[in-house]
Order: sequence, then C-alpha cells, then structure tokens
Amino acid sequence: MKSPTTVRIKVLKMFRNFKKTVVHSYRLGVKDLLVFARDRLRLVTFVIMPIFMMVMTGYVFPTENALKNAPLGVVNLDQGPLGAQIISALNQPTSGQGKKLLKLTYLGSETAADQQIREQEINGAIVIPADFSSKIAAGEQATIATITDQANPQISMMMSGTLDMLMSEISNQMATKKVETLIPGAANPEAVVNPFVVETRGIVPGNPNYFEFMAPGLMAMVIMMAAMIGLAGSVSRERELGTMDGILSAPISRLSVVVGKSFALGVRGLLQAALTLILAVLLFGVVVHGNLGLVILLLILTVFSFIGIGIMISAIASDQETAMTIMMTLMFPMMFLSGAFFPVQQMPMVLQWISKIIPLTYSVEALRKCIVLGTGLSGMTTEIWVMLAFGVVFLAIAIPVFGKVTTR
Amino acid sequence: MNMIEVQGLTKLFGKFTAVDHVSFQVKKGEIFGFLGPNGAGKTTVMRMLCTLLRPTKGSATVAGFDILKQPGRVREHIGLVAEKIILYDQLTAAENLTLFGRLNNLAEKEIRQEIDKWLSRLHMERWRNNQVGTFSTGMKQRINIARALLHHPDILILDEPTLGLDPQTTRAIHEFISELSQEEITVLLTTHDMNEADSLSHEIAIIDQARIVAIDTPRNLKRLVSDGDNRVMDIEIANLSQAMLSSLKKMDIVASVVETEPYRLRIRTKGDAAAGAIVGAIASQGGQIRAINTVEPNLEDVFLHFTGREMRDVSTGKVASTQRPPWRKGGSRVR
Repeated sequence: MKSPTTVRIKVLKMFRNFKKTVVHSYRLGVKDLLVFARDRLRLVTFVIMPIFMMVMTGYVFPTENALKNAPLGVVNLDQGPLGAQIISALNQPTSGQGKKLLKLTYLGSETAADQQIREQEINGAIVIPADFSSKIAAGEQATIATITDQANPQISMMMSGTLDMLMSEISNQMATKKVETLIPGAANPEAVVNPFVVETRGIVPGNPNYFEFMAPGLMAMVIMMAAMIGLAGSVSRERELGTMDGILSAPISRLSVVVGKSFALGVRGLLQAALTLILAVLLFGVVVHGNLGLVILLLILTVFSFIGIGIMISAIASDQETAMTIMMTLMFPMMFLSGAFFPVQQMPMVLQWISKIIPLTYSVEALRKCIVLGTGLSGMTTEIWVMLAFGVVFLAIAIPVFGKVTTR
Repeated sequence: MNMIEVQGLTKLFGKFTAVDHVSFQVKKGEIFGFLGPNGAGKTTVMRMLCTLLRPTKGSATVAGFDILKQPGRVREHIGLVAEKIILYDQLTAAENLTLFGRLNNLAEKEIRQEIDKWLSRLHMERWRNNQVGTFSTGMKQRINIARALLHHPDILILDEPTLGLDPQTTRAIHEFISELSQEEITVLLTTHDMNEADSLSHEIAIIDQARIVAIDTPRNLKRLVSDGDNRVMDIEIANLSQAMLSSLKKMDIVASVVETEPYRLRIRTKGDAAAGAIVGAIASQGGQIRAINTVEPNLEDVFLHFTGREMRDVSTGKVASTQRPPWRKGGSRVR
C-alpha cells in the first residue's frame, strides 16, 4: 500500500512535469514563430497564398452569371415571323452588369453549325426549323433543336440552362397570347398557362452566393495546409538542418516538441484563415451570419484534427521532399472529397463514404453552417465531436510514433 | 570516477553493423578522442550516448545515468556539438542561447550571466545581437559551443568540431577545449583529424569498421610503432620503381611501406640495423636516395599498424553507404 505522502509527491511531480512540458512547448512555439516571422520570403507567401486562393476561386471558378458574350450559333430556316421573334429575344438578355450573355453568329445550315462547334468558334447552336411558324400557326407543336459543345461541358450546361429559361419564357408569352385569343376576356390568361408559380426564399437574407459556399471551404483548407504541410515541413527541415538534434538532446519531453510545433503552426493557420475570411468579406461580399467566436473555435478544432496526421507523416518521412510528397498525395483527395469546392452530395456513393472519413469534410460542413446559415453550437455537435475524435485518435498514434522515430 | 562507461555497445541499421561491441571508459575531466575514418561508426556511438539513437545491444552510462533507463537525466548532463551546427540562422546569438538555456531549465538571470560569461570567453560579445545567419562558420561554431556549455554540462560531446574551419579558429577552439578539461569538464571528441586527436586527447580510441581496434594514450599508441626495435623512416628515391617497392615489401625487417608522396616512402621497420639494410637494398637495385630521415611516428602510423590501411585513404570518401569501400579501389598505397 502506498502512503498518502508518496501519492502526494507523485501528484506533485506529475504536475511539475506537466508545467514544464507546457512551458517548453510555449518556448519552442514562440521560437518557431520568430524564425518564421524573420524569414521574409516565407512571410510574403504566407500572406499571398490565401489571397491567391480567394481570387482564383472567386474569379476563375464558373458561376451562373459569369456567362457573358458566349458565342452561340443561330440557324434560322423559318420562313414565318416567329423565328425572327425568337432571335430578337435571344439578343436581349443581359447580365447584371449590362453585358450581353450571348453573342450570336448567324449560320446557314445545321452542318455549318456542327462545323463551327468542331472548330470551337461557337460553344453551341440553336436551330429553328423551316416549318416553325407554320406549325405553330396550324396549332401543332413545333420543335427547336439545340446543339451542345461536348468539349466544354460547363459552358454548354450554362448555355443550355440560359436557353431553356429563355425558350420557356418565349413559349409562355406565346401561350398567354393564344389563351387571350382563344378565350376572349379571360380574367387572367397567365394563370391558365401557369396555374402556379414557385417563389424561393432563403433562411438568411440575401441571394445565395458562390463565395459563401467557397469561403468556409477555403478557410478549412488553408488551415489544413498550414497544419499538415507546415508541420511536416518544419519537423523535417529541422532534422535536415540538425537543429532537431539540439532540441531532442535537451532535457525536455518529446511531447513538448510536438505541442510546440503544433502551437506555432496552429497560430499560423488561424492567421491565414482569418485573412481569408477578411478578404471574403471585403472583396466578395460574404456575410458571416453566425457567431465569430464559434468560427474561431471551429478553426482551432480543425487545426487539432489535422495535427496528428502531420506529425505522423513528418516522423515517418526522412527528409523534407518525402514529407511533401506524402502530404500532397494525401491532401489532394482530401481537398476535393471534403466538399470544400464541390458539394459532397453530387459525388458517387463510394466517394461520399470516403468523404466521411476525412476530417476536413466535417470542418467545412460546420464552418459553412455557421458562416452562411448562422447555425449555433447546438446545430453542429456531431461535427465537433467527430473533429475532436479525429484529433485525439491521430495524436494518440502520432506521439508515440514520433517518440520512437526520434530515438530509433 | 568514470563519467562515461560503455559496455558492448552495438548498433545495427537493418543488416548493416554501424557499431560493433564497443566498450570504453572516460574519466572525469578527461579529453577522450574518438579517432577513425568517416563511416567508422564514431557519430553513431556519440548519438547513442546523447540518447538520440537507441542501441541494438549493450549498455552505457553517462554521468552515472543509464542511457536507456534514464535518458532524461543523461540529457541534463551533456552538451552536444554535433556535426551540423545547432543554431537558428534567423535568431540572434543571444536569442539562440536564451532558447537553449530555457530548454535546459535555467533561470532567466542565470541565462543572462552564462551568456555574458561564454560570449566573452569565446570573444563573441560584439556579435551578441546579430542574427546567426550573418556569421561565418567559425563564428557560428563558437556560439554553437557556447550553446552546448550554457547549462554547465558535466560532459561535452564534440563531433568533428573543427571540420571546415580556418586554421586560426581551429587553434582557438583547440585551446578552448584544453581549458575546459582543466575545469573538470569531460570531453568526448570525435574526429578524423589525427593531429587534433593527438594534441588534445588524454586517451584515444581508434575505431575502424564499427570496432575499436585500440585504446590508449596517444603516447603509448605511438610507442607501439616506434619503440625498442621499431622505427619509422621517410626515404626519398629519385628513380623509384615498382620493382624496388615490391622487393622492399618482401624484406623481413619491413613492417609496412607507404608511398606518401611521389618518390617518397614511409617505411616502418622492425629489428636492428634496419636503416642500413634498407639503404643497401635500394642501392643494390640502382636506387638513388635523395634523403632519408627517421621520423616521429604519428597516429596515422598507428592506424596503419592496427588496420593495415592508411586512414587518409579511407577518410576521403563517404564510407557508410558504399558497399565497396574506396580503399578497395587501389590508390597510391603499396604494402
């Protein structure tokens, strides 16, 4: 049986060791931040990276109203007046900024349209047949054919969306007129054509904006990159430089090394994520609907969920290059499967399952809920628990691995 | 009292034996030289003693603590100057020293005092607040040594401390190391520089191909090759030929022959009147002797005596990774 004094001494010793570990971790973390802050090139890339990310996804990724002056071929074989009427309608629509959505190229035949698409002069074509006006006049259903450009699926999709919208509008107008002629004095001819209309609203004010979808994903990603690449890079750099030997031959616990590095990289990741958010708000009009404190908490949790993976890889990889290669291999699927850029729901089932074992998925999900929809803490308990679990499990594996590898 | 005691220390990397049953003791305040070519296993021994590597077999105590059972206590008592400089280029000299002082649990006031003391002893006060990245290798090494000494270690472990340094800095560091040993700091010095080992060490272990082949004082080691009947001589022959060499090698009184420079031989001899016999043998083949001197043997001769190879042949290449060591590829060596 142990006497109470020995137990007390043991507890006291444990507490002292814990305090030492915390202090050493802090010192090492501050050292890392100082070394980092004095490296001008790294500092510049640190600031530029989120800006690039934001601007890239902001201006390069296609959004619906980004379609402007898309070249569309028009083949009007119709002898009647309706064909010309449709073409003039196609010439009308403009985007919000007063720019034309479509640039029309008039062509003589359907084969000419095919040829032009093949040469990528146009990204689609619309063909109005010779009997278009006459059929409609005779009360028959007429057909308009559209030809898509399979080399440009995204533009084709946007174009056919725009065309569908325009066509149904024109067709509605025609139908309304017809109703007026068929039932003279009808109270509401539009109601006959469209018995009901759909009204859409969101739960927070404002229109859905692609950036609001992207910004949380980008923030989570920036943090993931800082935690994983930064950690592995930093550990293997110190090993190559030889400074790691100095740290490991000092009387400090291996845990302090791990915690110190994580602390420094966590701070860097948080700063970058904050920069991303500020840019999103200032440049792209993103509004944070949720609690800012909760956003920060989620970002810290994201760091936590990734640190273990970073440490494990840096421990296994013998040099910087290997560490980077492993990181990249892991990070790309994580980035694309997490729903940071593309919704998880549109992926095949297998990929959806895989996305469930990536911590980034939960981080993106929770951040999106909080920033876009203003969801509170109670609405994201699952995500928080899962991130915590990821962090604990990976760290529980990584710390012993790191300790073992550093004293082979 | 023995500050370092090593018993049968062995380290395997996969199937490669880096260190093979190495045993030695180092007394307090002694400078113990670890001499051997690159890849002989010196650094591996040192890393095991610093608890940076785990031995495959064998045991060791450093400052009375077992390297396997009490690695934390071992680390409290050692200062490490490894082959690569353990300093952050982006931090100033003082910041680097402060960081490592804190990691070694020194109080803030003590850290300041120690920094003052060591910087002045190493003539580096002027550079206190300059970033280490702007320093020359010699300056960095001085700060690096100060870093290793800041926390009053009982044992200073130096791995090739003067590698790549200019002669002045090398001399300054050598003097400094001697001073430390007078202050009761035990020094474990790893080197492949024979003069460094010879002039500094109280005791030397010659290590070759993972094994210690000899341990003794430099004086005793050298006595092995030049004592009693044993002599070392340099002979310069204007018309040296391969035939002359091979006939010299066959002589009973000749222990070894090495062509140290073109037309210049270093011959170790055994027995009486060896010099006369050799001169006679060369003359009988029409050799024109330009000069002949009896020389004080150095550790190179000792290494040759124990391993049958010249160390400087061995130490020109990285040996650890090559399956076929460079000394097998021939060269100027003739035996």
